[in-house]
Amino acid sequence: MRKWIFVLLVISACRKSGSDNSSSQVTHVTDNTNQTSFYLLNEGNMGLNQTSLDYFNGGKGDYHLNIYGEINPTIVKELGDVGNDMKIYGNKLYAVITGSDRVEVMDKHTAKHLGEISVRSGRYLSFYNGKAYISSFAAASGSTDGSGFVAEADTSTFQVLRTVTVGRQPEEMAIAGSKMYVANSGGYTTSNYDHTLSVIDLNTFTVSKTIDVAVNLHHVKADGYGNIYVSSRGNYTNRPSKLYIVNTNTDAVTDSLNLGVSNLAIQGDSAYIMSVEWSNNTGSNTITYGIVNVKTKSIVSNGFIQNQAITTPYGIAIDPVTRDILITDVKDYLLPGTLYCFDKTGAKKWSVTTGNIPSQITFIQ
Amino acid sequence: MKVTSIILLFFLLCLTLQAQQKDTTHTLQTITIFSTKPGAITPVQTLGGKALEKMNSLSVADAARYFSGVQIKDYGGVGGLKTLNVHSMGTNQLGVFYDGIQLSNAQNGTVDLGRFSLDNIEQIDLYNAQKGVIFQPAKGFASAASIYLQSKRPVFHDAETLHGKAGFKTGSFGLINPSLRIEQKLSARMAAVVSSEWTHADGQYKFRYRYNDYDTTAVRKNGDIDAWRVEAAIYGNGKDSSNWHVQGYYYNSARGLPGPVVKGHFENGQRQWDRNAFIQGAYNQTFGKYSLQLNAKYMLDNVRYLDTAIVTATGPLMNRFHQHEYYLSAANQYRIKDWWDLALSADFQLNQMTAVNLDHFSIPTRITTLLAAATQLHLHRVDIQGSLLASIINESTKLYTSGGNRRAYTPTIIASWQPAAMPALRLRAFYKEIFRLPTFNDLYYTTTGNPTLKPEYSRQYDLGASYTKTSDGWWQYVAIQADAYYSRVTDKIVAVPGKLFRWQMQNIGLVNIYGIDAGVQTSPRFFKEVGTNFSLKYTYQKATDNNDQQIVYVPLHSGSVTTNLSWKAWDLNYNFVYVGARYYGSVNIPEYYIAPWYTHDLSLSWHISQLKLTGEINNIFNQYYDVIYNYPMPGRYYRMTASVNF
Repeated sequence: MRKWIFVLLVISACRKSGSDNSSSQVTHVTDNTNQTSFYLLNEGNMGLNQTSLDYFNGGKGDYHLNIYGEINPTIVKELGDVGNDMKIYGNKLYAVITGSDRVEVMDKHTAKHLGEISVRSGRYLSFYNGKAYISSFAAASGSTDGSGFVAEADTSTFQVLRTVTVGRQPEEMAIAGSKMYVANSGGYTTSNYDHTLSVIDLNTFTVSKTIDVAVNLHHVKADGYGNIYVSSRGNYTNRPSKLYIVNTNTDAVTDSLNLGVSNLAIQGDSAYIMSVEWSNNTGSNTITYGIVNVKTKSIVSNGFIQNQAITTPYGIAIDPVTRDILITDVKDYLLPGTLYCFDKTGAKKWSVTTGNIPSQITFIQ
Repeated sequence: MKVTSIILLFFLLCLTLQAQQKDTTHTLQTITIFSTKPGAITPVQTLGGKALEKMNSLSVADAARYFSGVQIKDYGGVGGLKTLNVHSMGTNQLGVFYDGIQLSNAQNGTVDLGRFSLDNIEQIDLYNAQKGVIFQPAKGFASAASIYLQSKRPVFHDAETLHGKAGFKTGSFGLINPSLRIEQKLSARMAAVVSSEWTHADGQYKFRYRYNDYDTTAVRKNGDIDAWRVEAAIYGNGKDSSNWHVQGYYYNSARGLPGPVVKGHFENGQRQWDRNAFIQGAYNQTFGKYSLQLNAKYMLDNVRYLDTAIVTATGPLMNRFHQHEYYLSAANQYRIKDWWDLALSADFQLNQMTAVNLDHFSIPTRITTLLAAATQLHLHRVDIQGSLLASIINESTKLYTSGGNRRAYTPTIIASWQPAAMPALRLRAFYKEIFRLPTFNDLYYTTTGNPTLKPEYSRQYDLGASYTKTSDGWWQYVAIQADAYYSRVTDKIVAVPGKLFRWQMQNIGLVNIYGIDAGVQTSPRFFKEVGTNFSLKYTYQKATDNNDQQIVYVPLHSGSVTTNLSWKAWDLNYNFVYVGARYYGSVNIPEYYIAPWYTHDLSLSWHISQLKLTGEINNIFNQYYDVIYNYPMPGRYYRMTASVNF
């Protein structure tokens, strides 16, 4: 009988008592202290509530992993599920958490929770004249054909003021003048992707025009020359991913460039482009990099980083001061990711382990 | 936890005191919890008859928790999916047999054990490798491990021609579960049985999450279920040695899929409707040295899935899946000598699947031919079995790319030895190679399916011993079983998640599994009127992937304790399940850590003539835990059962 008692006591004692705590972890990654500080949002796998926030202190060269829980220990279920976009506007840091149906609003300097904007299946963020705009995959109210919407929210009360119906499953937005360009993907219906950009007149908050571009649109970025760059993911079978250029004066597609795009960042005259393109035909991904000169609208380089070990490039950002190129590697999407920092010539400076699916980098200026 | 320990300590001290008062006269029959099969040559665990009745289990999945070497995946509640994974090789490597014929699902390869209520189950056997007989359908050789569910057969005493059982269960989660079973003797050689039940539950229960400085409690929603099961069977014996049976099964359910609990989404808008029906039959005949077994089955399966959160161009996402399965099997055995048997089985199966409202679906048809040749030598103290399985798969699709045809030959060798010096001891060993085909979902499911997938291969090595002793003394029964094993799964099919629309099934995995399963059970009789049973099961599994990380959801240590006391009309059961720390991510870092969980369940039942009443308290100490990360399990819950035999 003694044996039984012993076994049961041992078994009963094996669970850690009390609650666990998330604690951030600091890694010194570089002695070079002229880099701009930034936040990095890790998307996290769907259903796992795994979104996390990392912080890079450019003045010290220190990388802080997973800071949100420690700074905001009373927030239930931390940041939430699937962080898709993050931006700074004024003194606030905004993160769209798709699976949690909200935009988390934090203090720009401390990452302390300030409030949240309630938006179902939010995707991307944009700001204009003191208002936050959030695109959403959820069906607009009254819509039965899957049309999504863009919500307008107040940046001090965090209340949604009004919404405007756009195309199906809208992704990123870009602003030129008082017009907002919204990329519609139609990703919920793969047999019938959307192929349009919705143009919203921000003065009246109505869709003033719909521009036909290409299937399954994703990113839109404005350059300094009155053009916006629009990426199409293609349909993974017979329509490849491509980059389109829309003139914001005429609202017409003026050019297209034959290069795949899964993410891009425009800094000055250079658009840094990465592509991980899946093919249903070959059952594999093709990975490419390129630089487009936005002044001449031409491909000037077919690669901008040297000798790297990146398996699946995902997020990209260019340091506004040093012009260092930051690229995240999500690997197989299951492991913790890696953040790489390359200098402007493409030579690797440092790398560090991030959370799961590192995606958005937001510089603190 | 202190309270638990003190109570247990007290409980056990009482037992220790009782143990000192030896009693040598026995009037009651011993009921062992896990009965052992004498002479079993593959590792087997059995839950049957009275013992099964005594457990606080609603479904087969609840009962299977007490086996060693298994992990249950349980998404929570009455309606939540419950699947079994044996030796960390994956749910798809397990064969589930219902009255000798495999329950299969070509779409996803898994069988939801939560759907099989124990009401109509007589016995559950879990075999590693395969059932230790050679006279069986070829399918019996075709899984890495197999679980056999045996439905209750009609039994008539004396002049009885009609009897039955009516039962009613109710309790937490708004459970209402009436059941009725009627057995009718049709003639001297034929009997019929009809069994039916309705399960209704709102599926709501409290759960709690604590982390950092927060402590939140909420109610699990959208876990409701409404399910009907109707079964009917006719059993017959021929004038010669033949016997046969035909059975029909119908299951119809509507349920909510509660989904993961994530921030902002404590409930979910997904629903599923299932309709599953099959008719199957078997015929057995022995002509002298030759025996024949024929099996046949036809199955129809319809699933409707609704996700209101995803609105497509034609409205909320609604998928419909239809499957047909046709199965024929012939098994033959010839006894060459008293010590030498030879068997040959041939199975033929056709699976078809169509889908409505699913983009880019291939509409596959799979024709599986299995041929098994096996032989068994029963020597003086040694049994040796060898089998070779040929699997021939022809696959075609109406649209797009087909996964293609496959052909494989996989051997199994099993040996068992009884040392002369210790008749109670039996040593055994086996080697088994097997593969599992990618499922229709793996190959063709819209954006995730990958027709280029190869089958997943596993190799298992096992070495074990069993010691079983019954005696006339107060210590009536003791049985010890232990197995050490190594298994290697190559080309493991893994879902590799990508961006929103891009998950992909790939053959990237390699899993090495080193494990130990051990079990002890004993039935001492401390008092004349008090029957006692104790069972302790322990499992150690080191299951690592390519990067030498413990694979998701597999604990290093797990175990169960089952005890039972019977006194006059009373029966007291106490069950304990322990599952050690696990990781929900493919790297063993603190972020992916899931704390161990353990539940204590207690039940008390009382019977008088044909009436039986049972009350249960499950998860007595109200521990909140997740089996699958973000799918909270219920805390303390109750159940009451009343049944009448007539």
